[in-house]
Amino acid sequence: MTCTEFLAQLDELIDDSVTAQMRADLQEHLRGCEHCEVTLSTTRKTIEIYRSHEIYDLPAGLRDRLHKAIMERCKKGC
Amino acid sequence: MATIQPIAENEQHPDIALVERVRAGDVAAYDTLVRKYDRQVFRIAQHITQNREDAEDVVQDAFLKAYEKLDQFQGNSKFYTWLVRIAVNESLMRLRKRRTGRMVSIDEDIETEEGSVPRDLADWAPDPEQNYTQAELAEILRKTIQGLPQGFRVVFVLRDVEGLSTEETAETLGLSVPAVKSRLLRARLQLRERLTRYFRKKKGAEQ
Repeated sequence: MTCTEFLAQLDELIDDSVTAQMRADLQEHLRGCEHCEVTLSTTRKTIEIYRSHEIYDLPAGLRDRLHKAIMERCKKGC
Repeated sequence: MATIQPIAENEQHPDIALVERVRAGDVAAYDTLVRKYDRQVFRIAQHITQNREDAEDVVQDAFLKAYEKLDQFQGNSKFYTWLVRIAVNESLMRLRKRRTGRMVSIDEDIETEEGSVPRDLADWAPDPEQNYTQAELAEILRKTIQGLPQGFRVVFVLRDVEGLSTEETAETLGLSVPAVKSRLLRARLQLRERLTRYFRKKKGAEQ
């Protein structure tokens, strides 16, 4: 397997949607390719870091204000 | 890492009961739905408009529109996915207004080969977030994702941050499944490469 072929399967591997055979082939490639190993681990970490950190927080005050405005309009039937 | 549990076919999603109650005139049930999803709608709107005021307007407009159109909600998709579609459309409309009528679409600015092949292959430090304060880290993550082309950013946010499936992301954005897959891969690789500037292992440092 070449690095380009590995890369084509990267998302499926990360999302755990590869067949057992494909997974074995990918793991075989990883054993001999440090570049792909780094690409896989840091891409996983990229996703995890964006999932676990709130970068656009909705502050409580703003949330209450928006909520009030929405519900007032809804009660009037919009 | 949190995973989203799939709902079995014969099991009804709890949102459906809430939607039914709203349809029957129970406004308090809508209150519950708004509280459940307002943060997600705000995040998506911020990612697309990149403007706080616009994002606030989108939250308000999207929930009002969803309330108005609730009769059109078929129940064959999830309420959340249906709401996200409204929020994405409202966000794109806001962008168009701000850019004085210039057409804006999620197909914009994606003619780039960057990120198709990883170039910077430096490994990251273990737990690289720990080298930054929460505020610094949030700024790095914001700046990095803002630099992605719009069409990649939206796919990454819906798919990886908000947890929609590939099919739901495709449906929400009006894209084909292969188009979503191709954008997702490039978005992930571009973000990875850009974050490497901040998170790379220092030379000579061992784990």
